[in-house]
Amino acid sequence: MSYMTDYKRARGLGSAHEGTHHFWIQRVTAVALIPLGLLFIWPFAAALGEGAEAAQAIYRNGWNAFIAINFFVLTFWHLKLGVQVVIEDYVHGKGRRLRFLLANMYFCWGMGLAAVMAVVKIWLGA
Amino acid sequence: MADVEQGSRPLSPHLQVYKLGLTMIVSGLHRITGVGMIVSAILIVWWFIALAVSPDYFAKVDWLLTTWIGLLVMIGSLWAFFHHLMNGIRHLFWDKGYFLDIPAVEKGARIVLFGAPVLMVLSVILIAII
Repeated sequence: MSYMTDYKRARGLGSAHEGTHHFWIQRVTAVALIPLGLLFIWPFAAALGEGAEAAQAIYRNGWNAFIAINFFVLTFWHLKLGVQVVIEDYVHGKGRRLRFLLANMYFCWGMGLAAVMAVVKIWLGA
Repeated sequence: MADVEQGSRPLSPHLQVYKLGLTMIVSGLHRITGVGMIVSAILIVWWFIALAVSPDYFAKVDWLLTTWIGLLVMIGSLWAFFHHLMNGIRHLFWDKGYFLDIPAVEKGARIVLFGAPVLMVLSVILIAII
């Protein structure tokens, strides 16, 4: 067991150049998601269980598609940041933690992109 | 953070030594609701992908999400959404330095804990009417 202090270990390695970036983006996305979440829920709830034609009609509307795309991008960005903190709290061991962090990023990017592609396709009626 | 010494240091007293308090419950639920909404996020994205793919495939997913278990997940997520949203607003106020004294923190926790189910019920009624 080494008694080296955190300061001694970190000294000379330089800054991570991240600073408060994670904290700040978490808040920026959080504020945007307050209206976006509410604006997303209503058309979605109206479309749920009403069949393909009704759902397509709702999301061919540019405003609803715009809200949905915004909502998905910011939701998965916010989710990535939040789950990252949870992983950093509970998943130990350098390799294991890295694998979880990578899985989190790929999941959130994949889900976000898939959602955006789907909404664009529905919106354009392609 | 320093990963070098992980596992070999003594741990300080953790959750089990504290009496479970209201603020702890609300704080824990913030994280649980945040992570838990991954389930509804997957279902909702799946629903959109299905709509983009074909009407037949969409009919299956749309049906699944409106079965009683599907609706249970959706309505449960509505509660999770409101809990996370209300508690998130609390966090934003704390970041600005407001409501950090004990009575305000307790009051805020109570508002979130009881407010979220109320908003859930109200929105379900509203959705049902429209």
